[in-house]
Amino acid sequence: MARNSLGREIPDVWRGRKLEPYRDPWSKKPEVLRATRPLVRRFPGDSKLLPSLRAALEACELRDGMNISTHHHLRNGDLLLNLLVKELDAMGLKDMGIASSSVHDVHAEIIPYIRKGVITRIETGVNGLIAKMVSRGELRCDIIVRSHGGRARSIVTGEVEIDAAFIAAPCCDETGNMNGVMGRSACGSLGYAHTDARYAKKVVAVTDNLVSFPAAPISISSSDVDYVVQIESLGDPSKIVSTTTRVTRDPAGLLIAKYAAEVIQASGLLKDGFSFQTGAGGTSLAVADNVRKMMAEARVKGSFGCGGITGYFVDMLEEGYFQTLFDVQCFDQRAVESMRVNPGHREISADLYASPFNRGCIANMLDCVILGATEVDVDYNVNVNTESSGWLLHNTGGHCDVAAGAKLAIVVAPSIRGRLPVVRESVTTVTTPGETVDVVVTERGICVADRHEDLKRELLRRNLPVKEIHDFHEEITRVTGKPRALEFEDEIVALVEYRDGTIIDVVRQVRD
Amino acid sequence: MTVKLRRSFLYVPGNMPGMLQNIPVFQADGVMIDLEDAVPLQEKDAARLLTRNFIQGFKDRRLELFVRINGLDTPYAEDDLREVLPAVPDGIRLPKADNPETVERLDTMLTEAEERLGLPIGHFKIIPSIESAQGVLNCVETAKASPRLVALAFGAEDFTASMEIDRTKSGEELFSARTRIIWAAKAAGLQAIDTIFPDVNDMDALRAETELGRRLGFTGKSLVNPRQIEVIHEVFRPTQAEIDHALAVLDAIKRAREMGTGVISLKGRMVDAPVVTRAARVLKTAVAFGMIEVDLSDEVIHGTK
Repeated sequence: MARNSLGREIPDVWRGRKLEPYRDPWSKKPEVLRATRPLVRRFPGDSKLLPSLRAALEACELRDGMNISTHHHLRNGDLLLNLLVKELDAMGLKDMGIASSSVHDVHAEIIPYIRKGVITRIETGVNGLIAKMVSRGELRCDIIVRSHGGRARSIVTGEVEIDAAFIAAPCCDETGNMNGVMGRSACGSLGYAHTDARYAKKVVAVTDNLVSFPAAPISISSSDVDYVVQIESLGDPSKIVSTTTRVTRDPAGLLIAKYAAEVIQASGLLKDGFSFQTGAGGTSLAVADNVRKMMAEARVKGSFGCGGITGYFVDMLEEGYFQTLFDVQCFDQRAVESMRVNPGHREISADLYASPFNRGCIANMLDCVILGATEVDVDYNVNVNTESSGWLLHNTGGHCDVAAGAKLAIVVAPSIRGRLPVVRESVTTVTTPGETVDVVVTERGICVADRHEDLKRELLRRNLPVKEIHDFHEEITRVTGKPRALEFEDEIVALVEYRDGTIIDVVRQVRD
Repeated sequence: MTVKLRRSFLYVPGNMPGMLQNIPVFQADGVMIDLEDAVPLQEKDAARLLTRNFIQGFKDRRLELFVRINGLDTPYAEDDLREVLPAVPDGIRLPKADNPETVERLDTMLTEAEERLGLPIGHFKIIPSIESAQGVLNCVETAKASPRLVALAFGAEDFTASMEIDRTKSGEELFSARTRIIWAAKAAGLQAIDTIFPDVNDMDALRAETELGRRLGFTGKSLVNPRQIEVIHEVFRPTQAEIDHALAVLDAIKRAREMGTGVISLKGRMVDAPVVTRAARVLKTAVAFGMIEVDLSDEVIHGTK
């Protein structure tokens, strides 16, 4: 056991993998070349079309212990992963890994196959029932939680080998040219699948909308695709909306948003060329709403918005507040439609978006990002991976990537959720290190990291409720009482990787 | 003398711990913890306890804390007062203040409580709510019924019910009642607090109703949702032009006094005592808003320096 720089106990080895403890956000440098993939030669007239998923799985020559991947752009509407796992079982394969970009509630269907040993590891954050059962020790399945940038890095460096990537393609031709903006399953950007398409040993395009050659526009090109399979349905695109995508009406949420927008204004970043990322939650959109008004008043022309894109950001693009949207995943149908028609709405890969080890990470170009939190602690560390109950909750998304990259990372959260304080002495799990979080905004006060004395002074000058985070923690605890410490077993059920591949925390089995 | 800002009075149900807990979060000028209409009969007890405990633990006295008790004609009012007064709120919002006698009765009950609790007599303020046809007719006398009164409030929902009419968004049916309440308040030297605007999603209509109220003479407004606070505060905020004009008036009248006259012209318009009074009022409000810092002592306004 070692302690990482945040004081978290990290085993030297976990389930056969040697672990490197987290040190800091910046110092780790890549020491490897890019991963490679087999070259193939195809001849005129060769067909990539296969009659079924089973045929594709067989063509990929999968063996026990290999990894497959899918992408989660259809989110809770995705059917493909469930279909694939059933086929893996039917083929008698065991000890397979899922290296998808995220696993959602809809994938609870694979639980029986985890129990049977068909699936024994999931190389991404998990949501819903799988997460809960793994946390309770009811399901044995190794989980490695990675950020979007961290996942791309792990594939590009070859740390995670994808033996066969199955890419849900809402529009695809028989050679494998594909895009996500057309067809009945249109989900917009295929940003997470781009990295899989370039580095997986075999790539299968799975479509429910086979069009004549050439499919256009081309998001992922046929030069990366080995096989094409047509199935009845990829899923339900109406379920790509994971949370509300409307500006909140909750008065506390609106107050948080107002404070957050004032922090942005006070930071001096809100000037021509401003770049911004916010999530799809109601409070985040309310921040965007306030920022939009401020940009209008000050006649600021922004540079780009990025991350998961909503209709709200599309409006800002169309109204000229931003020149470009860099879209790694669409959060609603309006964003899907926009990607089809707006030349300024650009699809980007998760690698370009957020990997720490590339030559053009867009997260590093961000001025300001609005992030959520399950918990924040007095050192500004943020948890989005586990609930206050200790159960695995969801994937990291781009949280730690953009916090590290942006000039100003603002965490917005209610000070009390349920009956529990959001600001804690210590978070249950560290997702994003406090070194990369600049400001925490709640409805009861604004906490600014000590390294931003100028910003703190400016906020005080504007009569905003700036509070020292230890005092704030005590203030909230006076209202809620001190929550009883959670109890865990020694058994580690999941690793939480920082974006650079070091281990920032582990998740232990919850003691019932 | 400064003006006590009572632009916004937020109703918070006394039986909702989560909402009570958020009282310090929203920047209303005052809060009325409601034990009356928002609380069902079976929860009156619990609401009194919650309210008492909340007030006892509430330290920030920049925000005025009033409790809306049940009507004195109900069996609940005495229990309300017995439970919450020991926690020492700033005052009581009295519903159904149909006549001065109701206010006088409450005044007596509050005096007794102050004696019992060892508080200075007059500590508890009263804001009567005028919310019936009878209340409107009697409000001139009601406004003078107790030195504890700091404002008269209008309750349009009950008023329209008593009139057997519907409340409309444009609010013509409220016009005569509102003006009478304002006159009564002004004549008695009180502030006048307008009724709630019930549609919490229509900020434009809220703004229009608040602007009309301000033009008529209301100094504040009751509200049911914290989202309405910002609009209401904006409406009651003096404009920069109003402040500039008021400062110019004050400057002009100082010059007039130096010249030995009580009247002088400013941009072609006569500046006399009523104009100065109005200007002083704007400036006092601006000072209370923190928009300007200016000496507004009686000597400056009325002229010995």
